[in-house]
Amino acid sequence: MLAGGQSLIPMMNFRIATPAAIIDLNRVPDLDYIRREIGIVRIGAMTRQRKIEFSGVIAETLPLLRDAIKLVGHLPTRSRGTIGGSLAHADPAAELPMMLEVLEGEVVAHGPSGERVIKASEFFRSLLATALTSEEILIEVRFPVMPGNAGYAVEEFARRHGDFAICAVAAVLVREGERCVKARLATSGTGPIPLRLKAAEGVLEQKGLGNAAIEEAAKVAARAVEPMNDQNGSAEFRRHLTRVLTGRALRRAAEGSG
Amino acid sequence: MTTARPDRFVGQSILRREDRRLLTGQGQYVADLVFPRMLHAAFVRSPVAHARIRGVDLSRAKTMPGVVIALSGPDLMRLLPPVPDTQLSLPEKWCTTVPHKLHNPQQPLLATDKVRHVGEAIAVIVAESRYIAEDAAELVSVDFETLPAVVDAQEAVKPGGSIVHEQLRTNIIGEFAIAKGDVDAVLARAPHKLKRRFYHHRYSGVPMECRGVVGVYDQRTDSVTIWSSTQVVHWLRREASAILDLPEGRVRVVAPDVGGGFGVKGHVYPEDLLVPFLARRIVRPVRWIEDRHEHLMCSTHSRDQTHELEIGFDNEGRILAVRDQFVADCGAWNPIGIGVVYNSAVHLTGPYKVDNLAVSARLVSTNKVPSAPYRGAGRPEANFAMERAIDLVAGALALEPAEVRRRNMIPASAMPYAIGLPYRDGEPIIYDSGDFPAGLEKALAAVGGVEPFRERQRAAWAKGRYLGLGIGCYTEGTGVGPFEGALVRIEPNGKIHVAGGACAQGQGMETVFAQIVADAWGVRPEDVTITLADTAAISMGFGTIASRSTVTLSAAIHYASEKLRKKVMSIAGQLLQRAVVDLELRDGGVAVVGVPGRRVSLAQVARAARPGWDHGRPVGVDPGLEETHYFEPQTVTWTNATHAAIVEVDIETGRVKIQKYAIAHDCGVVVNPMLLEGQIVGGAAQGLGGILLEGYTYDAEGQLLTGSLMDYLLPTASDIPDITLIHLESPSPLNPLGVKGVGEGGAIAPPATVANAISDALAPFKVEFNQTPITPEQIVRAANQF
Amino acid sequence: MSDLVDIKLTVNGTSYEGRAEPRKLLVDFLREDLGLTGTHSGCEHGICGVCTVLFNGEAARSCIMMAVQAHGAEITTIEGLAKDGNFHPLQGAFHREHGLQCGFCTPGMLIVALDFLRINPSPTEEEVREAMSAVICRCTGYRNIVRAVVAAAEMMRAKR
Repeated sequence: MLAGGQSLIPMMNFRIATPAAIIDLNRVPDLDYIRREIGIVRIGAMTRQRKIEFSGVIAETLPLLRDAIKLVGHLPTRSRGTIGGSLAHADPAAELPMMLEVLEGEVVAHGPSGERVIKASEFFRSLLATALTSEEILIEVRFPVMPGNAGYAVEEFARRHGDFAICAVAAVLVREGERCVKARLATSGTGPIPLRLKAAEGVLEQKGLGNAAIEEAAKVAARAVEPMNDQNGSAEFRRHLTRVLTGRALRRAAEGSG
Repeated sequence: MTTARPDRFVGQSILRREDRRLLTGQGQYVADLVFPRMLHAAFVRSPVAHARIRGVDLSRAKTMPGVVIALSGPDLMRLLPPVPDTQLSLPEKWCTTVPHKLHNPQQPLLATDKVRHVGEAIAVIVAESRYIAEDAAELVSVDFETLPAVVDAQEAVKPGGSIVHEQLRTNIIGEFAIAKGDVDAVLARAPHKLKRRFYHHRYSGVPMECRGVVGVYDQRTDSVTIWSSTQVVHWLRREASAILDLPEGRVRVVAPDVGGGFGVKGHVYPEDLLVPFLARRIVRPVRWIEDRHEHLMCSTHSRDQTHELEIGFDNEGRILAVRDQFVADCGAWNPIGIGVVYNSAVHLTGPYKVDNLAVSARLVSTNKVPSAPYRGAGRPEANFAMERAIDLVAGALALEPAEVRRRNMIPASAMPYAIGLPYRDGEPIIYDSGDFPAGLEKALAAVGGVEPFRERQRAAWAKGRYLGLGIGCYTEGTGVGPFEGALVRIEPNGKIHVAGGACAQGQGMETVFAQIVADAWGVRPEDVTITLADTAAISMGFGTIASRSTVTLSAAIHYASEKLRKKVMSIAGQLLQRAVVDLELRDGGVAVVGVPGRRVSLAQVARAARPGWDHGRPVGVDPGLEETHYFEPQTVTWTNATHAAIVEVDIETGRVKIQKYAIAHDCGVVVNPMLLEGQIVGGAAQGLGGILLEGYTYDAEGQLLTGSLMDYLLPTASDIPDITLIHLESPSPLNPLGVKGVGEGGAIAPPATVANAISDALAPFKVEFNQTPITPEQIVRAANQF
Repeated sequence: MSDLVDIKLTVNGTSYEGRAEPRKLLVDFLREDLGLTGTHSGCEHGICGVCTVLFNGEAARSCIMMAVQAHGAEITTIEGLAKDGNFHPLQGAFHREHGLQCGFCTPGMLIVALDFLRINPSPTEEEVREAMSAVICRCTGYRNIVRAVVAAAEMMRAKR
């Protein structure tokens, strides 16, 4: 399946991927749209990342997505890369899968037996593997509109601007007075699939958004991940970064909330 | 005879004449060349690091439609004459002065009995398109008997392990030692000593244009033209003439526009010879363009040295003695012989007075890509060891690193200063000019001064922020011989045509040398054409490596012009009926001093100079207005610089932000300030990439782990700060223009400078960063963050 | 070898027709089939950016697109920047600021800058640095490239 081609074609050029046939989804009409409906935003799977980056609708309803998408590669790759392509490819260090988790989005898959809706928590299965069968394609991505008073932040550590994340953490916080009524945290780069940091969310929802609670949540987040060792960093380093970036994301999000 | 010059072009930032074609997409790089019936080559490259080749089966590749020829190493051996030794050898004078051993095996054009690194070429396929050639390459099967890979140079020197070149019975393919004074005695009684291991890792130039060669055979004249993205056209012609068994006059080598070289394209590669050989055999043009994946596994790597340095010093931080023993991992082959490691040895002590020095080096084969010079060519490795050591000396005595440097620097008043060791040209090293302490002060001033920084640093530490100041000082021998050639001709239309042996890869040579010629002749740069990188334009040349072209070609142009001017004046004297002593070059012609209006143009002189009937030459003056000069520099001329950096280190993530970076640089007389700055900043960016991002890494089986640009991290615009440049100018006494070389310098000091800055920032943790690269994880670990 | 596919496209305002295998890369098609060698191939895996062209008005890396995808598209390459031999302000600025040395990355730099300045005509230096990090240069150290884009932006704003 050819969507943006930013992952597939390099693999073909290395002769690692040698497909017998390529189906060009760019020729399939009506998969490129951003629609706001009541409480949700529906984005066609073939919508270019660049379009999302500059969309007024996204800026208003999903500002965290807009912030995160600026970290995806560079503008020229966002000209071609699509949201559906990035989610279906499910690179463990990509930003958009983390967004699907933290914003509690869902995707719509289309196959021979029709359409089905898959929640974020069920979509990413294992390294580079999603719930899509070999006969399905993504046709739409849906996100609930972020609460208007939500604080949010994405913190990423990469070797260079635009590189895949060695560790990234995204946070959405809704505050009521001193209480945190809703905390959503997710991470990328720290394991085979993006991870919702539910235990850390629990700490905040119980203990609020003071410094001590944030530090504890960050430590809990670091314990929850099972990172890999590779050339860019050891598992321990990634675990450490999870703690650091969770703290930074939470502090920034807390400032912006309420 | 005087020469009046209304405008001096040397010293002006003239805009580049190269730009128009490059900015409009009209540049011609080797991959842009198209010839009728051209075929495309692809190589089968070894996927294993070390193995015997039991057999190569080309049968399926040969029968693929579109494939014209497929050859393996053994096939080639039957077709080729024996390949002569292609390495760059050091002069007799060095060989007899410096005790050394060098056994340097010659690399075959295609591997025959063994492969010795991942990426080594085993077979070549020529087909109607590159796509087909690569398809066919996938159908080649090779029967390997794998051998244990040699990947650690320290282990490789120990007996009993796997040997890369078995006939040598050792992996130590080169060694030498130099010494002056009495290191043993002085170290033994030194009040203080410290000893450290410094490791400088494997990285290289990685130009944006990969290599490429097109061979075009002309049947009518039995001659070959080789278009290559190379820095050394005449050297390639010499080797190709031997391989093709053709006289040099039947071999032409041209480097068209070249997209960066940095030393990586500074020698002759197997593909440079194999492609023209195939073109002549097939009687069709053959083209090979390296792709990036290939580049990372077969274009030469560099650096990769481990130094054990011991330094003896007194209570004032004055250096008494230095002993350095180092090992250089030169990979599977070694096209440049012993030059790079010898550079390391003699550049080690840089601007400092060190009377007792002993350096010994071993060059070691491993199953990695061959090493060759890359911008700095051995100097960055030595600079890193020495500049880190200076900071450690300062730390041991609680002195400012800048102060220790001041106390040890050779002062300007001591110039010319004899170091007491030979350079790689065999001549005694004499620092001819330069004010090292002044450079140090200016660089420090440019980053705001030491004391103000220390206040900021203390305040930052108190708030849990980590700022550091780092310094790196170096000296560099530039403009090395053996020679360079220039041909200067005055055309019938009075314009000046100059051909030279230098080759450009972006330095702006067409512009720079036009400025020099314009000044020499009293004309404008627009009246000068410069032809470089073409063996048909000048019969002998050396090429561009080692920061040598400004020095050597400008001198060759000067002396050729001097010879030619005598002739021009003599002929003009005849035309003007005046004595030569009354004449001067003026406004693109020759005029009588003090008499406006009495003038002949260069075009008129050129016409008068013609052979045969109705010429205007005085008796005894030969026809033509063309002179060639081969400048043989006496020895190198010395530049110097100080780099200073202020960094902020985020100890939680390990990210290093360079707040300020300043370079106080002295390269003698500056021909074009704007282009000079471009060279320094470009070099510095590569140095910064080296210390913080770049690196070739291998696993224990000799597999290259950095086979794409996703793994070999090149710095981008977000990674390189703005750099402040300060110029000092100590003209060289060794060439007529007073110029010195500038191509490499910028890349020498950044690794040491940044390592010193990071170590300084993290001083509260009492950590030392004595190896490169410095990664975020190393920093975080050093600061005990987990 | 697969069947060839017809491709009709516009490059720098001129219509072209060609045929290519589906797997042929857009950068190779532009260079070999259309003879437009101004766009360069630096890595063939979409990292270095020297192959960047404007594809339907947006900067895109042509080494990770297939030529057949360009059927019906409008492409601008470096050859399309100058008008009647006169430099585009970006070309003029790169020339005056010495924003190129070997020139190999320059096509990518110019196209990325062009796209960027259309979106952000009054960028800060920091924003320029970030945008230009989309193309790798080994010669200049970026200092003069950033200066050139800042200078061009000013010139282009003045013209409007």
